[in-house]
Amino acid sequence: MEFGPHLLLASLEGATTAAVLALTAMGLSIVFGVMRVVNVAHGEFYMIGAVLAWFIATSVGAHPALGFVAALLIAPLLVGFLAAGVDRLILRHINYDPERTIVATIGTLYILQQTTLMTFGPDARPVEPPFNSRIALPWFEWGENGFEFYFPWGLSTTSYKLFVIAAAVVILITLWLAITRTKAGLVMRATQQDSDMAQAFGIPVKTVYSVVFGLGAGLAAIGAVLVVPIQQAYYLMGHDPLLLSFIVVIIGGLGSLPGTIIAAILIGMADGIISVFFTPTLAKIFATLVVAMVLVFRPKGLLGKSTS
Amino acid sequence: MLELSHIQSGYGRVQVLFDVSLTAKEGEITCIMGRNGAGKTTTLKAIMGMLPLSGGSVALDGVNLSDLPPHDVPKSGIAYVPQGRRLFSELTVAQNLEVGLLHTKDKAATREEVLDLFPRLRERLKQQADTLSGGEQQMLAMGRALCLRPKVLLLDEPTEGLQPSMIDLIRDVVLQMKSRNLAVVLVEQRIDAVLNIADQVVFVENGRSLETTDTGALRENPEKLHHYLGV
Repeated sequence: MEFGPHLLLASLEGATTAAVLALTAMGLSIVFGVMRVVNVAHGEFYMIGAVLAWFIATSVGAHPALGFVAALLIAPLLVGFLAAGVDRLILRHINYDPERTIVATIGTLYILQQTTLMTFGPDARPVEPPFNSRIALPWFEWGENGFEFYFPWGLSTTSYKLFVIAAAVVILITLWLAITRTKAGLVMRATQQDSDMAQAFGIPVKTVYSVVFGLGAGLAAIGAVLVVPIQQAYYLMGHDPLLLSFIVVIIGGLGSLPGTIIAAILIGMADGIISVFFTPTLAKIFATLVVAMVLVFRPKGLLGKSTS
Repeated sequence: MLELSHIQSGYGRVQVLFDVSLTAKEGEITCIMGRNGAGKTTTLKAIMGMLPLSGGSVALDGVNLSDLPPHDVPKSGIAYVPQGRRLFSELTVAQNLEVGLLHTKDKAATREEVLDLFPRLRERLKQQADTLSGGEQQMLAMGRALCLRPKVLLLDEPTEGLQPSMIDLIRDVVLQMKSRNLAVVLVEQRIDAVLNIADQVVFVENGRSLETTDTGALRENPEKLHHYLGV
């Protein structure tokens, strides 16, 4: 395949990675932005989302689409409730102290991971996509008769991957509208900016924290449900999303939601393109280099604000 | 009527308040005065539940507030304007007021009342709070608090860093609140302002309320100001 079509193919792979990464990283960013909690267990909520998606899809049986829709609706909710429970049982009791929350979420990571290993087992398990038709993509070239378009061999994607991108865009826009246009969003933003004063105006800050922690984990679970028909569910799958989410959140600026989206697109696209042209390892090296450069030259991240 | 009875409080293991008592009545302005670090701001934070009480009690109209979760204290009728305003800086003026209105029943009428009290805010509704001038920020901080329709208004140095015309405006609003039968608890460093508007003064020193006196007596006997404040 020539370079142009190959690049388009790689970009589409990158866009799928970016879409899932944007959802996952957004969850981490919201939790840090509102609660100032570095959630090291975020990747495990992603993993549990994927495992639950497998469980729900196989339990529902019937048509794959039915199982997938059930998984997309139920798994994020269950993961959200699980995370809210972790907040109430653990984080609240250590008073959201920044250092202790890191240790507590590391502990949570291992509890969730090992519990999944003991119950779900070590095998990777697939979830059938709800639809997965192959779509041939056209390529344009300047030929003897002006612009011509043709379908190069191998230049194709699947309808499901396009759905993942579209679904992520819709969910992120909905989230953005909810944060900026609704009363719940106002409560979240007020809590983010000054939790003491939010409390002085009757906002139950601890409840807001539980909801936000659940929302963050739920977003990771949505990402996982979307990705599990492309990859597979297994108990160690939370590592890469956690690492990439941290990279995205740091590059975008801690707690900055627009910054998170921009960084997810940058890192996701780079990951897809470099993985296709070179190797996935080189893609991770690139992402780590970018985060190192950002930390050196712009420690606040692309759109971050200094925290005081 | 707000009643503090021998309250003790502090920051973590550091106790700041050892024995503060005061009574703020409806339609009166009660001023807390004392040197820096005496515990004036800590007293207001303890009333709001922002700092836990380790002793004593806070009651409003006979109802003990000490056991309420902090977010229920404002719902009981106490509003707080903190030192340095502490607005939600990235929210607009309208959104800051909306936060104040979250638990108010008649939102539209209350909002209008507040905007009538501070017409300047009406012109700035879509402006981000941190882009306002110092005076406008103070108006917004007070307006946001008044959106709660409180029975008690706690004001922590509301005229700090403001130009004289703005100080006059804030004083007028405080007097209006008094005339509307609110109990106002004011922490203020400017003695002239206190003597002009307050009904009673509570002197606080080293976390203890030492004396409560009415301002008339204080005007006649300014020695107490020298004694407690060193001025």
